[in-house]
Amino acid sequence: MRSLFYVLTALAVMGLAFWAYRENYRTQARLTEIDRLQSEIGHLRESMNVLKAEWAYLNRPDRLRELAEINFDRLGLLPLRAAQFGTAAQVGYPEKPLPPVTDPVETFGALPETEETTP
Amino acid sequence: MIRTPLRPLARILSARDRGENPDAIERENLRLRHEAMRDKSRQRAEGRLLVMGLLFFSAFTVVGARMGLLAATDPVEPRAAASGASILAQRADIVDREGRILATNLVTHSLYAQPQSMVEPERAAVELAAIFPDLDAERLKDDFTGSRKFLWIKKKISPEQMQAVHDIGDPGLLFGPREMRIYPNGALASHVLGGASFGREGVHSAEVIGTAGVEKTFDGWLRDPGNGGQPLQLSIDLGIQATIEEVLAGGMKLMNAKGATAILMDIHSGEVVAMASLPDFDPNTRPQPALKGDPSDSPLFNRAVQGVYELGSTFKVFAIAQAMDLGLVNPETKIATKSPMTWGKHRIRDFHDYGAELSVTDIIVKSSNIGTARVALMIGGERQKAFLGTLGLLEPTAIEMVEAPTGKPILPRNWPEITTMTVSYGHGLSASPLHLAAAYASVLNGGTKVVPTILKSPMPAPGPRVVSEETSSIMRTMLRAVVTRGTASFGEVPGYAVGGKTGSADKAKPTGGYYKDRLIATFASVFPAHDPEYVMIVTLDEPSENSGSVPRRTAGWTAVPVGAEIIRRVAPMLGLRPEVEPPVQHGITLVRN
Repeated sequence: MRSLFYVLTALAVMGLAFWAYRENYRTQARLTEIDRLQSEIGHLRESMNVLKAEWAYLNRPDRLRELAEINFDRLGLLPLRAAQFGTAAQVGYPEKPLPPVTDPVETFGALPETEETTP
Repeated sequence: MIRTPLRPLARILSARDRGENPDAIERENLRLRHEAMRDKSRQRAEGRLLVMGLLFFSAFTVVGARMGLLAATDPVEPRAAASGASILAQRADIVDREGRILATNLVTHSLYAQPQSMVEPERAAVELAAIFPDLDAERLKDDFTGSRKFLWIKKKISPEQMQAVHDIGDPGLLFGPREMRIYPNGALASHVLGGASFGREGVHSAEVIGTAGVEKTFDGWLRDPGNGGQPLQLSIDLGIQATIEEVLAGGMKLMNAKGATAILMDIHSGEVVAMASLPDFDPNTRPQPALKGDPSDSPLFNRAVQGVYELGSTFKVFAIAQAMDLGLVNPETKIATKSPMTWGKHRIRDFHDYGAELSVTDIIVKSSNIGTARVALMIGGERQKAFLGTLGLLEPTAIEMVEAPTGKPILPRNWPEITTMTVSYGHGLSASPLHLAAAYASVLNGGTKVVPTILKSPMPAPGPRVVSEETSSIMRTMLRAVVTRGTASFGEVPGYAVGGKTGSADKAKPTGGYYKDRLIATFASVFPAHDPEYVMIVTLDEPSENSGSVPRRTAGWTAVPVGAEIIRRVAPMLGLRPEVEPPVQHGITLVRN
């Protein structure tokens, strides 16, 4: 009985040692990965910042104004005028198309009372 | 353990035989037993003390060692913690009220040289001069072959230039990372933003510090890592700023003015939606301040904040509003306006002779100096000064810009009656256009004080009352009448019920006296007059409209058309629907008199 107890204890110690060893290495690996990811995040943020700056540069009002002038033939963009305000009633919504006529049989329906009795 | 009996029979019997007292044996044995017990418990106690001592010793050793370790190691970011590193740049962005970028950072490189590790200094100098045309090859050669151990060549270089320098292949040419400030919109809102430059510089990094405008005011805030990289949000609207600058530049050219400024301000919150000052500059390449000559001629000069001018008739609004608020006059009160008016040795004239008398409304509509002067006399200098003080016209504006304290109004030293009269029509007291905008907003928004701000702020609580709501409403009606039938008739913009007041003031000569043909023309406007939302000030410096036979310089011919065009363009962008103006109520009943 006692020797069994010793064997079991020794096994448990070995098992725990193995587990601790493995956890240690996994932790190290995770930390390395986190470092890599964080530097990647840093790089991505940096390039995002550059892209934002470029977006702001390309959308600067001077450039947009010039583009609107160059492409006036195609786009016909003009400065916003007071006369362009309207009411919702002035909007010409397209008329709603009627639902297509389908098989008239479909119009037959079961009344709620009879519905229970039908299988 | 074998217990020794206290009275061992053998010894007792032998003692009895010898005639001794057997109790002595018992006592002796008891004593021995007690001694043994005492020794045992002492040993145990000592053992416990030792264990406790060891325990404490090791605990303190661990704590001490840990403290020493913590004190001796370099700080390290917790690696396993979730990524909270949102701070990337050392300086936060600046954005407009919609979040569009006004100023941001780019990572770039600086170029420096260590001549002692250079292989071919002469060739490197020639090739560098070929890459950067502003560098002088001869000077570089001298520097590289001289005794210097280190020199900066360029503070900022582009990636293309960096590659070209790499291609020279000299080990003595080195790069240091740099963050540079860029303003993607170029000259837009340049006076508001100011600019930035490098502070302390090292090989591996350099401080970016603000040199003017909000960049300098909020330098500490922008560089504070505690804000977590949050951008600084201004009240400026990029699109509106661009439109105003465009229209103002056109107007300045048409009116042959040498400078112009425009301010658009939210009448309730005091937020500056746009602030333009022309001529302007590109903050990416901020020019050096002029060391000689008039600083106000430099493009760096912010006319809206720093330029203090006598703003002329636009000040009449304050005198009339105060008189009405004090109950001295009502819009129909007749005031004598016989021209010229003589006061001591001074003479006050009107632009035209407006006859014997005018109603208070017509004094504003026709812009009569004499009428305003008489009203100001009714108020008195003391109260007039106090009222102008309440409107903030006697001290620098509170706007969050470094330049604000330099825009200090120029006040007359004494305040005799003649000053009361001249100040009432805007002469003798110089203030900046921003002062005027804030004061107009305060008087016309319903009568509560407005403090100008350049930051987007949630709607503040209304400030202290300056004039009553009735006065404010009557003043708006009067200003509307100035546009419909008065001096600012070019200011009409259909749908937006513009109200405004013109001001044309002769410029003061630096040597004293006034120029005859140089004016500051100002149009101070509010729109829509019946439901005010915005105040706009347009000021042109030395305008002259030359389409007629004689040059016309007054604000009605110069500043007003420019202002009207700005409102026409900007009001729809501000989301204001054109409205049919409610009819003017004749015989206004709101007046208390």
